[in-house]
Amino acid sequence: MTEQHTYDVVIVGAGGAGLRAALESSRRGRTAVISKLYPTRSHTGAAQGGMCAALANVEEDNWEWHTFDTVKGGDYLVDQDAAEIMCREAIDAVYDLEHMGMPFNRTPDGKIDQRRFGGHTHHHGQGPVRRSCFAADRTGHMILQTLYQQNVKHGTTFFDEFYVLDLLLADGRAAGVIAYELATGELHVFRAKSVVFATGGFGKMFRVTSNAHALTGDGPAVCYRRGVPMEDMEFFQFHPTGLYGLGVLLSEAARGEGGILRNSDGEAFMARYAPTIKDLAPRDMVSRAIYSEIREGRGAGPKADYVYLDVSHLDPDVIDAKLPDITDFARTYLGVEPKQEGVPIQPTAHYAMGGIPTNVDAEVVADASGTVLPGLYAAGECACVSVHGANRLGTNSLLDIVVFGRRAGTHAAEHAAGVDHADLPDDPSGDLVRMLEELSGRPEGERAAAVRADLQTGMDEKAGVYRTETLLKEMEDELGTLRERYGRVWVQDRSKRYNTDLLETIELGFLLDLAEALVVSARAREESRGGHYREDFPARDDKKWLKHTLAWKTDGGIKLDYKPVVITRYQPMERKY
Amino acid sequence: MDVTLKVRRFNPETDSAPHYETYQVPANPMDRVLDLLHYVKWNIDGSLTFRRSCAHGVCGSDAMLINGANRLACKVLVRELGDQITVEALRGLPLAKDLVVDMEPFFRSYRSVLPHLINDEPAPDKERRQSPEERARYDDTTKCILCAACTTSCPVFWADEEYFGPAAIVNAHRFIFDSRDRGAAQRLEVLNDKEGVWRCRTTFNCTDACPRGIKVTQAIQEVKRALLFRKV
Repeated sequence: MTEQHTYDVVIVGAGGAGLRAALESSRRGRTAVISKLYPTRSHTGAAQGGMCAALANVEEDNWEWHTFDTVKGGDYLVDQDAAEIMCREAIDAVYDLEHMGMPFNRTPDGKIDQRRFGGHTHHHGQGPVRRSCFAADRTGHMILQTLYQQNVKHGTTFFDEFYVLDLLLADGRAAGVIAYELATGELHVFRAKSVVFATGGFGKMFRVTSNAHALTGDGPAVCYRRGVPMEDMEFFQFHPTGLYGLGVLLSEAARGEGGILRNSDGEAFMARYAPTIKDLAPRDMVSRAIYSEIREGRGAGPKADYVYLDVSHLDPDVIDAKLPDITDFARTYLGVEPKQEGVPIQPTAHYAMGGIPTNVDAEVVADASGTVLPGLYAAGECACVSVHGANRLGTNSLLDIVVFGRRAGTHAAEHAAGVDHADLPDDPSGDLVRMLEELSGRPEGERAAAVRADLQTGMDEKAGVYRTETLLKEMEDELGTLRERYGRVWVQDRSKRYNTDLLETIELGFLLDLAEALVVSARAREESRGGHYREDFPARDDKKWLKHTLAWKTDGGIKLDYKPVVITRYQPMERKY
Repeated sequence: MDVTLKVRRFNPETDSAPHYETYQVPANPMDRVLDLLHYVKWNIDGSLTFRRSCAHGVCGSDAMLINGANRLACKVLVRELGDQITVEALRGLPLAKDLVVDMEPFFRSYRSVLPHLINDEPAPDKERRQSPEERARYDDTTKCILCAACTTSCPVFWADEEYFGPAAIVNAHRFIFDSRDRGAAQRLEVLNDKEGVWRCRTTFNCTDACPRGIKVTQAIQEVKRALLFRKV
């Protein structure tokens, strides 16, 4: 018999979105936060550059320009009602964090300092604007710490190093989750009136990625397996400046502070691709520009397969004060001194625009007509509101987690206050117990690591920055083979306590499911938009494709459907910078 | 090159005491120690157990004892260590399995120093003002990632697990010297405890161990001075 717990609200994941949700939910109802990592290990802590809000502390700005930039940056696939809410609430969200103790950098008169960031402009694209609020180049670290500190202050209940592996539904609504306790190998059933998923991204389906090892899409995958569709999975962001070979993120803040991308000739090539804002163009455009340079023979290095991020012309004091971490990464991992030479970089798989479909109240919507699945919520990277559309602007992820994390916590707790617990069997863990027993009992066979490595290499080569029907078809077939091999994967560690071998194997299963949703959605979308670039369909096609994809996992394979984009005040225009 | 990787292993379900196992691992000088551990886990023995997540020194999961010093496995490269590398779990916290220790005593100390902003004055509509100089006063200690490398390198902590340890004091420092905070007196009372700052013997192990380059010993000295003069 598994251990049983009962709460009003359970929040799965303790990064920025989960911790922000917990602050709202805990004061309204009995709340548990379940996280596979200690909260401060969450990948929010790796975010560097900042959080945009039109505070206008250093120059003229307003949230309507921010909304426009978000919509245009997302290549018009953004739901504009959601973007308006995010950009309007951004201002209070920043002040709110400041009041909690967030150590923002300051202007000489003691206000929150702001800097430039990719795609953020004044007067609807006339030039870059200083909108990003930041704490050196560790803004995510400081937000994560600040939110965790507040949860410590308020006595939030945490279940650390518990992996949520199943979602419980009953009578068409959320009823709880089942979690695996790393330290003991025991299962725990959490009955709840509301369940909030805030588990982050799934960049580990790619080889070169800025994402942590933990980012395997557990939340979206358990929802997907229980019948929730995945929205806009084909839109995955490749950040232009990953450390060469490793994919470790070097923040866009480097370019916000004046850094320049250069090819092997030393040319500042972005001027040819985005004459107005050059190196501060949105990420999808910069990543494609880098690959164009490489393909046309202007890549640097022995394999001519990278370009340089050059900050050597910046004031060394500015580098030390505002970009200390990323310069340290270049020194530590490549042995390069950024104050004197260019840093080798290449695009790196960074952020999932798609995920669990939600409305602006963070409620999960389970079909194309907006039907809410009562009691189920999602926020942050695992969710798709959609405020990022086809391409997220830099800094809008930290904003997203704070704004929609708060909304998720509030609405989940309010929902819980008005309903009873759903009826569940005495022990609803049967499916999961069978899965674990089957996995643990397999004879010596394939290694999960080998299957994962092939998945990652395949996804880089066939579902990355450049896609075609041929490549995607190959990847879809390859996923079939990988799935067969996954059926023979062997868990070598037979112990109960801290069995990370078993959990890595389960996580690989999640990645395979989500990769399949991504590839099938991408193959169907015969146009290019934002992060989804089809060489065989290089133009955006608003007539056919100004719509969100929904992908369901069914016994007969993946089923696709589409829903309209919410457009309020910005009609789609050509995207030029 | 090949690295001889020696790992102190312990499975609580089958072993009565820890023992060493040695692996030959192909490596290049720019590999991280974490890459070596992954090589073993993914190709030789799936039961080798350690924590890790971000793999570039910001999440604090993989602090361990590497060639006798507390380091993050993802932030120390083979070229710094040579071809003989020994990896053990952090000292001073209960050993759970292989390179995994029970972190709960560490986080308990952290929580006990009131590691959060204390200020009950009504907040303004916009931000509280703070000059760049006031902001710089506590900058160093905001870098802490709670990896426990400092605390578990401290000989006082090894001898007395009730001692708060450097990391908790660093996190108290972060607020004591924040111009917006009003809880210094409360926090200093906690740190004045017999298990508080006075147990520090300034051996500087903590400063050497910090993967974020925080001047840990200096921060502890500043807290001691604040206690002596009751002024921050």
